[in-house]
Amino acid sequence: MNARQMRYGPLPVERVDVAVIGGGVVGAAVARALAGHELSVALVEARCDVGDGTSKANTAILHTGFDATPGTLESRLVRRGCELLAEYAGATGIPVERTGAVLVAWTDEELAALPGLAAKAVKNGYERCEIIGAEEVYRQVPALAPGALGGLTVPDESIICPWTTTLAFATEALSRGAYVLLNTRVEGVESGGDGDTVLRTGRGTLRAGWVVNAAGLGSDVIDGLFGHRRFTVTPRRGELFVFDKQARPMVNRIVLPVPSSRGKGVLVSPTIYGNVMLGPTAEDRDDRTDTSTSEHGFDFLLEKGRKLMPALLDEEVTASYAGLRAATEHGDYQVHLDAGQRYLVLGGIRSTGLTSAMALAEHTLGLLGDAGLRLDAKATLPDPPRMPNIGEAFPRPYQRADLIAEDPAYGTAVCFCERVTEGEIRDALASPIPPADVDGLRRRTRALMGRCQGFFCGAEVEKRLRAGESQ
Amino acid sequence: MSGTGSMTENVLLETPDVAVIGGGPSGLTAARELAAGGLDVLVLDRERQAGGIPRHSDHTGYGVRDLHRVMTGPAYARLLVERALEAGARVRTSAMVTGWSGERALDVTTPEGRVRVDARAVVLATGARERPRTARLVPGDRPPGVMNTGQLQNLVHLHHREVGTRAVIVGAELVSWSAALTLREAGCRTVLMTTEQPHAESYAAFSVPGRAVLRVPVATRTRVVRIIGHHAVEAVEVEDLATGTRRTVPCDTVIFTGDWIPDHELARAAGLDMDPGSKGPLVDNALRTSRPGVFAVGNLIHPVDTADIAALDGRHVARHVRDYLAGALPYGPGIPLRAEAPFTWVSPGLIRPGAGTPPRERILLWSAEPRLVARVEVTQDGRRIARRTLPWPVSPGRVFRVPSSMLSGADPHGGPITIALA
Repeated sequence: MNARQMRYGPLPVERVDVAVIGGGVVGAAVARALAGHELSVALVEARCDVGDGTSKANTAILHTGFDATPGTLESRLVRRGCELLAEYAGATGIPVERTGAVLVAWTDEELAALPGLAAKAVKNGYERCEIIGAEEVYRQVPALAPGALGGLTVPDESIICPWTTTLAFATEALSRGAYVLLNTRVEGVESGGDGDTVLRTGRGTLRAGWVVNAAGLGSDVIDGLFGHRRFTVTPRRGELFVFDKQARPMVNRIVLPVPSSRGKGVLVSPTIYGNVMLGPTAEDRDDRTDTSTSEHGFDFLLEKGRKLMPALLDEEVTASYAGLRAATEHGDYQVHLDAGQRYLVLGGIRSTGLTSAMALAEHTLGLLGDAGLRLDAKATLPDPPRMPNIGEAFPRPYQRADLIAEDPAYGTAVCFCERVTEGEIRDALASPIPPADVDGLRRRTRALMGRCQGFFCGAEVEKRLRAGESQ
Repeated sequence: MSGTGSMTENVLLETPDVAVIGGGPSGLTAARELAAGGLDVLVLDRERQAGGIPRHSDHTGYGVRDLHRVMTGPAYARLLVERALEAGARVRTSAMVTGWSGERALDVTTPEGRVRVDARAVVLATGARERPRTARLVPGDRPPGVMNTGQLQNLVHLHHREVGTRAVIVGAELVSWSAALTLREAGCRTVLMTTEQPHAESYAAFSVPGRAVLRVPVATRTRVVRIIGHHAVEAVEVEDLATGTRRTVPCDTVIFTGDWIPDHELARAAGLDMDPGSKGPLVDNALRTSRPGVFAVGNLIHPVDTADIAALDGRHVARHVRDYLAGALPYGPGIPLRAEAPFTWVSPGLIRPGAGTPPRERILLWSAEPRLVARVEVTQDGRRIARRTLPWPVSPGRVFRVPSSMLSGADPHGGPITIALA
């Protein structure tokens, strides 16, 4: 399958053993895992790119699972997924930084809640939380506003690049022989006889022996096409500010709120790209496509920011965005197998899905195998992909004299603010899953996500993207 | 004298007398002046062509006060490069300074490799940019078609791309009219200019007849509160600041103009004292920063004045760089210069007695509000040292100039000097 067949024209395959609907982080992880077996697999995504829905607007934390509800599937899979992803990140070059987190208590009620949270962490299998006094809180986060009473540390919470993660899973699924079908929206589901399912898509029909529904915000709709009404997705909008890199020295670890009767607070976190993030808001919406930001969201974030870390607001905001979490009426992931239909749904996967994705994939293999899907591991598999590093804590091409000596394109900066070179843009355009638009290029290289937002390099980056498309 | 091309651990080493960071009008002019005096000067510019912002400002009005002629932006940019080269300066393009490796030493990424530039003096001339939509906290959808004047002019003049057909321009100051001209050239009609100010700014080059030709409706005392459109811009929501009423203006392009911020990242990375008003590095009348041997010029220290004024900073700083290299001009304490509202910044922010006059014998200020009559008052330690009504108005979106002679009565051993409007 070539890059064109991925996105345009008739589908390059008529039947697969397993179709995975949804090319977000979960679907891509599941497709990758399935493609490690003697199976034909298709990853079916409605949008023009993998990771272009909820997965791209994640808070980008690799969770220990310390605060999950003990005993839930989510708790188990987050803990397992954290181990799996940390190891996979090492193998593929997905940027991860173990910054650690501190929950900060601002009221007596929050302070009183800390021992309970530490005990809950132990129940979730995480034993390294520690309660600290106000003095230690300020030693760890000097820029914090006055008034903190104490805190709880979570030394293993980490930040990760959600874009590279999804892309790595999808790239490896592809190299293992899976079909990655973009711009392919599932519009209807029919029984195909022989137990097969026929997916009607905008690009034609696809028969599948098994279907895994990892459609995120659309997972309840797809579930409905299979005749189920098990949960409803209520998109929960979360707006976020990303501050200029000049703010980064203020925030060396993730600063989390303590859940309390005051409602959910917001977090302040370093990002893997060297920025600082503030948010998210939480607002239930009806429209599953509305990722617009709002005045009241901005006001809320500014107010929270002033209370948490006033100095942060002296820095420029380089990006604001909104993500929609696939929240349901249930407290846990919605994983249901229908062996008769040869259908599995992975629904209600909230922001923890980035961490748990690989464990969800492992869980999926177990469920499908138990239900009769034959899983013979492929005798040989290609090496995992080596992903370009777009993290700030690791050497990037512009810093590498060795790389530039071999190829001057890595010494030619195109996007100045983010220090993205000609070589990296060229590589992204020539990669197995090339970007479809400027946003896709941004997620692969960081081009245009910096403080100038295109003032200097916007025209040049667009030119290169168009040149890449026309090839 | 210069150690071009020597190499250690894969990193090339350059040892010029002076490294100039930024090849726009101020940096190139400084380079020319310094090279003409016999110094080895290396200009580092991250773009593929030096010349700075005028390269893509394809209208006339450049070169008036520095070269005493009128020319277009691109012609002016080319001439400044030629003059710097002619004087013996080296101009290195595609050379991006990524950080400091010493007091006056820089890490540079170039296609030829990583370069360490170990200079005896450094002139920061990194300019300014317009605040993008994100920094202005304008919510709504995030479609393409929303940009600054810089990107617009790059697209149209350097890349010959089309933009939309109906534009809304945010801002009504000098650069906003420049954006309107560029849009017209690209076949895009400006359907509205919005400004929170009570008056639109005008400019000699686009004076009243110019505006009549452009036929741009200006909505004063308004602001854009939301951008609408999933895959492309469909409209903006505009609020009337007086009444709070809102209306939707259909358009396919939104240009955010003005609202300048210096490109100050290298200055901050060096830990230089910063000016909280302009957000550029704090400089004195000799354009010296808080680090000996590091100077700052142009729109980095006054965001923004016209290109010729920036260029004249380059001429001004040359003498002080030479003095520094000759071991003259020891640092004495400076007197902070402050500006009261409606001024948002004053440049220079420090007056060092004995260091001579500031560039062009002018103090530069930026105002958030207009004043038709400019009664300027200078005070120090509660004592008024000068008061004059200047024959030009105070206008937001353009620099307000005060003769530095108004400071001549200041006590060199006194406290901060304040400039205010009476």
